Amino acid sequence: MSAIEAEGLVKTFDKGKVRALDGVDMVAREGTIFGLLGPNGAGKTTAIRVLSTLLMPDAGRASVGGYDVVRQPEQVRRIIGLTGQYAAVDELLSGQDNLFMIGRLLGIDASEARSRARELLVAFELADAATKFVKTYSGGMRRRLDLAASLVGRPRFLYLDEPTTGLDPRSRLELWGMIRSLVAEGTTVLLTTQYLEEADKLADEIVVIDHGRVIAAGTPAQLKTRVGGHVLQAQPADPADLPATEKVLAGLARDGDEPYTDGQLVSVRIDDRAALGQAVRRLDEEGIAIDDLSLRRPSLDEVFLTITGHLAEGEQDIQDEQERSRR
Amino acid sequence: MSAATLSPAGGTNVITNTLTIARRNLLHIKATPEQLVEMSIQPLMFLVLFVYVFGGAIFDSSREYLQFALPGILVQSVAFLPFTTAIALNVDFQRGVIDRFRSLPIARSAVIGGRILADGARIAWSIAIITGFAALLGFRFRGGVDGGIAAFVLVTAFGLTMCWPMAFIGITARTTESVNTWGFMIILPLTFASSAFVPTESMPGWLEAFANVNPVTAVIDSARELMLGTDVPGNPIVKAVLWMIAIQAVFAPLAIARYRRRV
Repeated sequence: MSAIEAEGLVKTFDKGKVRALDGVDMVAREGTIFGLLGPNGAGKTTAIRVLSTLLMPDAGRASVGGYDVVRQPEQVRRIIGLTGQYAAVDELLSGQDNLFMIGRLLGIDASEARSRARELLVAFELADAATKFVKTYSGGMRRRLDLAASLVGRPRFLYLDEPTTGLDPRSRLELWGMIRSLVAEGTTVLLTTQYLEEADKLADEIVVIDHGRVIAAGTPAQLKTRVGGHVLQAQPADPADLPATEKVLAGLARDGDEPYTDGQLVSVRIDDRAALGQAVRRLDEEGIAIDDLSLRRPSLDEVFLTITGHLAEGEQDIQDEQERSRR
Repeated sequence: MSAATLSPAGGTNVITNTLTIARRNLLHIKATPEQLVEMSIQPLMFLVLFVYVFGGAIFDSSREYLQFALPGILVQSVAFLPFTTAIALNVDFQRGVIDRFRSLPIARSAVIGGRILADGARIAWSIAIITGFAALLGFRFRGGVDGGIAAFVLVTAFGLTMCWPMAFIGITARTTESVNTWGFMIILPLTFASSAFVPTESMPGWLEAFANVNPVTAVIDSARELMLGTDVPGNPIVKAVLWMIAIQAVFAPLAIARYRRRV
């Protein structure tokens, strides 16, 4: 049975001027991680909000666990857990009071709600801070509490809307581990992310959306194959050689492709692996000193670039963050 | 963590939901003790300042002025308390807490209902503190216990009424700063251009006209009538009740509609 299904979802804002969702179709299977990938403003959050009954679609239909999000919102809310883009926990309550409150709101009786809260606080390594106000928590602790809050009712479907945005790399890895173990226990996860790496590492299947439309779908491997070929990357020792390096690699690019640079590395898509040898020779002839030269399968970044014609926004942020945290 | 993916045991109902949210809002006082100051000490400060600074000038003695001003100070303090409603709702929207509530299988009315229930408790607390302190300063309930209780009920009802327009502002405004601006724009003139601190006859004609139709004046005059056992002309209790009904009839549906529509 398909766990989450959407067909032709349309949602517009500002009296139709902004088409946040412009006919989105997707099918997520039970017990998998389904990745919704796209840049900022692509429509990911809108899709999550429709699937969690927070927004009514203008057209199309969607169901979760067999329940229609428009006609049976109450049933849908009983089987989902939502973790939003911003940690939606109550800052003015303790971690324990947050989880207890959600338990009570879900109709769990007081003593059971209390023990469930304790269980989750331990599982998410928050037991020491259980009675502290959330306003004193770090970003990573808030995210973990937010995730715990969405799990109080043991939802079959867990929606994670950019769960690791703004987290340091270590907290991000920890959260990934927690998500994987939930799936191992049978939860179906719908994950939105602007980080290609995250979708690549976590998702069983991915839908790429941009401007409210699905522009690609498949497993990470399928998406990479779809782009095909290899990527040749060269890093000149002196950044002043970047233009010259680009010029050399342009001569090796596969038809219709051009090299691009992030300010350190020059990347180009090639059809033939023999290009690596040619690159070495030509760079040498030009007298360009190279620190790093590599050949690899395209990453989802390149997939994204190929499909959308622009790099995923936010990808630079993650690099910046990693830079910062390394220092 | 358990692997089970059960639905939560038992059903949920509006009353439990509302009480849970009310409890949550009252627990916030623990994290923000300044709320307690706002609910308890600030009104007492007002009481002391007004009575002893203006009392002698406006009336023959501070003691007589205390009798006159207490109902006004009471209503003014209560009129300011719903600010917390507005700001808290605004923050809940901004922080995504409302999204979390909405994604849960709970009655939607419970969020606003719980808010107002908690505010009712805060208002009752404030009234008790202020009247208790005023009694220590020498305020006498010349209208008897019944009058006192009736005034207590009426003023609490007024505070709850004011929660609706303030909730509307809290939900509509994008930032807490604009909640503050709009809130003050409304509450400050309403409470000062009223019979709270001076008899309205002492005001210039245009202001007196405003003060006389001001719902706050009606509530204060009613409280005076009930607490002091005097007869205030113009049927203030009828006016006050009609005003409260009118304010709720306009702002409760507006606030709820905004709450439903805000995304």
